[in-house]
Amino acid sequence: MHRKTIVELNTPLRTGEISSVELTQAFLDRIGQYQDLNAFITVASTTALEQAQASDDHRKNRDPRPLEGIPIAQKDIFCTEGILTTCGSKMLSNFISPYDATVIQRFKAAGAIILGKTNMDEFAMGSSNETSFYGPVKNPWAKQAVPGGSSGGSAAAVAAQLAPAATGTDTGGSIRQPAALCGITGLKPTYGRVSRYGMVAFASSLDQAGPMTRTAADAALLLNVMAGFDPKDSTSVDKPAPDYTTTLNDDLKGIRLGLPKEYFGDGLAADVAKTIDKSIEELKRLGAKIVDISLPNSTLAVPCYYVLAPAEASSNLSRFDGVRYGYRAADYDDLNDMYRKTRSQGFGEEVKRRIMIGAYTLSAGYYDAYYLKAQQLRRLIADDFHNAFGQCDVILGPTTPTTAFDLGAKTDDPVSMYLNDIYTIPANLAGLPGMSIPAGLGEDGRPIGLQLIGNAFEEAQLLNVAHQYQQATDHHKQAPKGFE
Amino acid sequence: MQWETVIGLEVHVQLRTKSKLFSGASIAFGAEPNTQACEVDIALPGVLPVMNRDAAYMAVKLGLAIDATINIQSVFARKNYFYPDLPKGYQISQYEIPIVERGKLDIEVDGKKKTIGITRAHLEEDAGKSLHEEFHSNTGIDLNRAGTPLVEVVSEPDMRSPAEAVAYLKKLHALVRYLDICDGNMQEGSFRCDANISMRPKGQEKLGIRAEIKNINSFRFVEKAIEYEIERQIDVLEGGGEVVQETRLYDAAKNETRSMRSKEEAHDYRYFPDPDLPPLMLDDEFIQSTKDSLPELPAAKRQRFIDQYRLSDYDAGVLTTSRELADYYETVAANAGDAKLAANWVSGELAAYLNKESLDLDQAPISAELLGGLVKRITDNTISGKIAKDIFEAMWVGGGDADSIIDSKGLKQISDSGALEKIVDETIAANPGQAEQYKNGETKLIGYFVGQIMKATQGKANPKQVNEILKKKLG
Amino acid sequence: MALDPTDVRKIAELARLEISDSELTIYTHSLAQILDLVGQMNVVDTTGISPMAHPSDSPLRLRQDLVTEQDHREGFQKIAPATESGLYLVPKVIE
Repeated sequence: MHRKTIVELNTPLRTGEISSVELTQAFLDRIGQYQDLNAFITVASTTALEQAQASDDHRKNRDPRPLEGIPIAQKDIFCTEGILTTCGSKMLSNFISPYDATVIQRFKAAGAIILGKTNMDEFAMGSSNETSFYGPVKNPWAKQAVPGGSSGGSAAAVAAQLAPAATGTDTGGSIRQPAALCGITGLKPTYGRVSRYGMVAFASSLDQAGPMTRTAADAALLLNVMAGFDPKDSTSVDKPAPDYTTTLNDDLKGIRLGLPKEYFGDGLAADVAKTIDKSIEELKRLGAKIVDISLPNSTLAVPCYYVLAPAEASSNLSRFDGVRYGYRAADYDDLNDMYRKTRSQGFGEEVKRRIMIGAYTLSAGYYDAYYLKAQQLRRLIADDFHNAFGQCDVILGPTTPTTAFDLGAKTDDPVSMYLNDIYTIPANLAGLPGMSIPAGLGEDGRPIGLQLIGNAFEEAQLLNVAHQYQQATDHHKQAPKGFE
Repeated sequence: MQWETVIGLEVHVQLRTKSKLFSGASIAFGAEPNTQACEVDIALPGVLPVMNRDAAYMAVKLGLAIDATINIQSVFARKNYFYPDLPKGYQISQYEIPIVERGKLDIEVDGKKKTIGITRAHLEEDAGKSLHEEFHSNTGIDLNRAGTPLVEVVSEPDMRSPAEAVAYLKKLHALVRYLDICDGNMQEGSFRCDANISMRPKGQEKLGIRAEIKNINSFRFVEKAIEYEIERQIDVLEGGGEVVQETRLYDAAKNETRSMRSKEEAHDYRYFPDPDLPPLMLDDEFIQSTKDSLPELPAAKRQRFIDQYRLSDYDAGVLTTSRELADYYETVAANAGDAKLAANWVSGELAAYLNKESLDLDQAPISAELLGGLVKRITDNTISGKIAKDIFEAMWVGGGDADSIIDSKGLKQISDSGALEKIVDETIAANPGQAEQYKNGETKLIGYFVGQIMKATQGKANPKQVNEILKKKLG
Repeated sequence: MALDPTDVRKIAELARLEISDSELTIYTHSLAQILDLVGQMNVVDTTGISPMAHPSDSPLRLRQDLVTEQDHREGFQKIAPATESGLYLVPKVIE
C-alpha cells in the first residue's frame, strides 16, 4: 500500500477496499519501523487516527473531499493547533500552537490526515537538515548522506514511503533541493500562490510553501488544496487557482525549454550534467524545442540571498524572546540577561550566525552597501528571468550541483554549504515557481534532480512538463534500497 | 547671553478605528489585560499583518486638513528593538516614505499669527503597556494596546516658546477632534506628545543640542515641562556645560524632567521595508472620496460664523476652538433667534460656569437646545437679560427649561403698557420730591425711578418700556 | 569588509545574543567569510536600479475596519513562560 501514489490510493479508498484508518495505521507503522531516519519530530498517531476515522465516516455519508482520507506529513514549520510545532528549534521545543496555519486548515478541509510533523533545519535555515535541534535526518538512499534541507524530513519521509506526500517550504531551495537529493518531486509555487499565514517566517519575501510528492500528478492534487487566496496574508495573490490536474496531459509539442548557460558551467558535477543532458534528450523526444538562454546576474544570486534572507530573518526571529511562548532560560539577572540567555540557549549556531549577519547588514552605516545593493541586484536577477521568458516557456537545469553529500561534510564551512543552493535561489529571488523531479542516479547511486522554473503563476505548465516526463520515464518510481 | 528656545513636537494621535492597525482585535479602552490581544498582536509564530483601511482614510483626512502632500505610495518599515511591550521585536511604522508629508498648521499667540510647519505624519502601531506595580520584582505586560493605530505628527522645530508649543498642540488637538479621527482623550493616552527642546544664542542659525521629553499627557504639563527644560538647559549652558542629547521624562509631581536611561545604548533601529506588507497605494478615487468626506474645518467655520452670524473675528475664533463648542453654539443660535446674543451667552455665562466648576462642554448640565430656549425669551422680550441670568442659574442646577421656570416663578416680563403705566404712576406719586427735582432738570434721576420700578416688579418690568413711560410722565 | 571580534560583540548585543569567548572566534571567522561572499555583489554596477523589496508589484490590500477577534487569553497564556492576573511577567523593567 505504501508504494502507491495518492492517485493510486484514491481507488481502493473509494471502493472501500481499504479505509483511511487502515491506511493511516499502515503509514504510522512504517514511520515506527524506520525511526532511525529521524524524519519526524512529532508523530501525531492519536489525532491522525481520529482524523482518519472522521474521514471514513465522512465518506460514508457524503461525497469525498479532494484528499479524503489521505495521510500527509506536514513540515514542522506549519502551526498545527494542539500539536507541537517546533520549527526544528529548541526555542519552540515546548510550543503547542493555539492555531492552525491556513495551509493546515486547507488540508483539514480537504479531508487529509495529518500524520505528523517532519524534521527540518532549524527555522528552515540549512541545506542539509543538520541544523535541526532534533538531530539530522538520514537520506534513505544512503544513510551516511544528508537528505538536503531545509525540508529534509519531508523529503526523506516521502522517499522512504513513510507518507504518500508531505509539505515543504522553500526560501532558497528548501523544497527543491531535498526533493532532488532524495529522488522525489517537489514544487515551490509562485510567491503569493500559497498562504504564508501560520508558517513560521524565515525570510518573508522569499518563503513559499509547496507539495513534496512522488509524482507530478500527486503534486497537482496537493497544490489544488494548498493554493488560493488568503485574506490573512497581505502578500497572498487574489487570483483564482486553476485545477492543476486538468492540464497534466497536455502535449509538449512545440514547448520551448530554455537552458541557461550559467546553470551548466563550472561547479556542476559531471554525473549531474550527464543526467540532465539525458533528460533534455527525453524532453526533446516528447516534442520540446530547446533554446539557449542566459541569466547573467543569477551567478550573484547566492551573495544577494545571503544579505536579504538573513536580514529578514534577524527581524522575524526577534519575537522569540521568552516572554509570551516558547523557551525561556532558567536563570537570568535582569530583563536583558533573560533575552540574551533565552535566545543564546534557544537558537542553534547557524540561526545565530544568520541573525547576526542580518543585524549587521541592516545596521546604521551598512544598509546601503548591503541591503539596498542586494535589493537592486534582486531586481536585475528578476529582470533576467523576465527577459528569458520572452524566448522560452520553461527554464530547465539541474536542481543542485552535486548529489547528496555526506553528513558532516560541510558543517564547518557555512559558505560551501550555502553554495549548494546556487541553482535554486534565483527563482526565490524572482518569486517564480520552481520544481525538482527525479532524473536518475549519480555515480554514487544517489538521486539527481531536474529543475524546472516557470513564469509567474505557470505552475500548471511545470506540472504538465513534469508529468509528461514522468509518463515517459521511471526515475520517479525508483525506491531506495530497503524501503521497497 | 540671550537665548532662543527652539521647540519641535512629535504628537502620537491614536486613531478612532474599531479594530487595530494590522489585526481584527478591538482597541476599546479599559478592557481586562490581554483580552484584546489576538494571535497577531501577541506575535505568535507565523502570524501576518493585514492593514486597516480606515486607518489610511483617517491619516489622509489629517493630511488634507493640514494642506500636506499625500503620498500616493507609502511604505511600511520595521523599526527593530527589544522591549517586552513590543511583541514582534519590531514596530511596524513608516520610515522613508510616510503617508503624509509637508503640511502646516496656523497658530495664534497673543493675537499674533504664525505658521508651524509639519514635516510628516506617518502611520504606525502602538506598543503594549508595562505595569510595574505589585508583581514581586517583575513587570507585568498588557498587550491590549499593542497594534492600536497611531498617526505620529512631526512638526518642524518652528516653535519658540512654551506658549507657542501649547497653542500648536491645542490647535492640532482641536483639528483631530474636528476630523473625528481621534477621541482626544489625553488621560487615556489617545493624544500624547514628545517635545524636542534645544537652546541657541539669539541670532545663531545652527540648532543647539536637543533633549527629548517623552510622553507628556496634558497641555499644562507640556507648558511646565518645556519651561523647566528651558531653565535647565540655560543653566547647563551658562555653567559652561553641554546639553546631552538624550530622552528625558517629565515628572509632574515634582515638576522636573529627568534622564530616562542613564546608560541608554545607542539605538540602531535597523529600519527596512516590511516584507509582509506591500507598498500602501492610494488611488485618486480614495483621496477624492476622503476629500469629499471632510467636515468643515476650523478656519472655514470661523469665516462662516463671521459671515453668517455677523460675529466678530474674535468671537468666531473663540466659538470655533472646538467642534463641540461650535456645534453647541450653532444649536443655541438656531433656537435663540439672535445669533449675536447667543454668542454672548455661550462665551459668557456658559463658559464662566463651566470654568468655575471645571467641567467640559459635554458635561454641561444645560443642553444647547435649552440654552437657546432661554435666549429666545430675551429676544422676544418675555424676560430681561438680568432675569435670564437667574433662570440660567436655576437651569444649571436642574430646574428644567426656561419657559417652565418663567411660568412657575412668575418671572414673565411685564410689557403690558397699561399695567406699566399704573406702576409708573404709583412710583411717581410715592416719590414727589424726586419727581420735582427731575422736572427741574436733574434728568439723571430717571435711573432712580427705573430702580424703584424694578424693585417693585422684582425685575420683571420691561426696562425699555419703563424708560419711555417715565420720560413721558415726568416730562 | 573586515570584521573584528568587537564588531561581532556589538552585533550580538543588538540581536540580544550572548556569545562566549570561544564562540566569538568561530563567529568572527564565519561572519567574515560570509561578508566576503556577499561582497561579490559589488562586481555589478547597480546605480539607478530601483530596489526590489517584494516579488510582486501588487499594492497593499486593505481590510475593512471590523472587530473580528475574540478573547483567547486563557489559551494563549497556557503556553506562556510566566503570567499573573492575565499579564505576561518579565524581569523588572527599569526606566
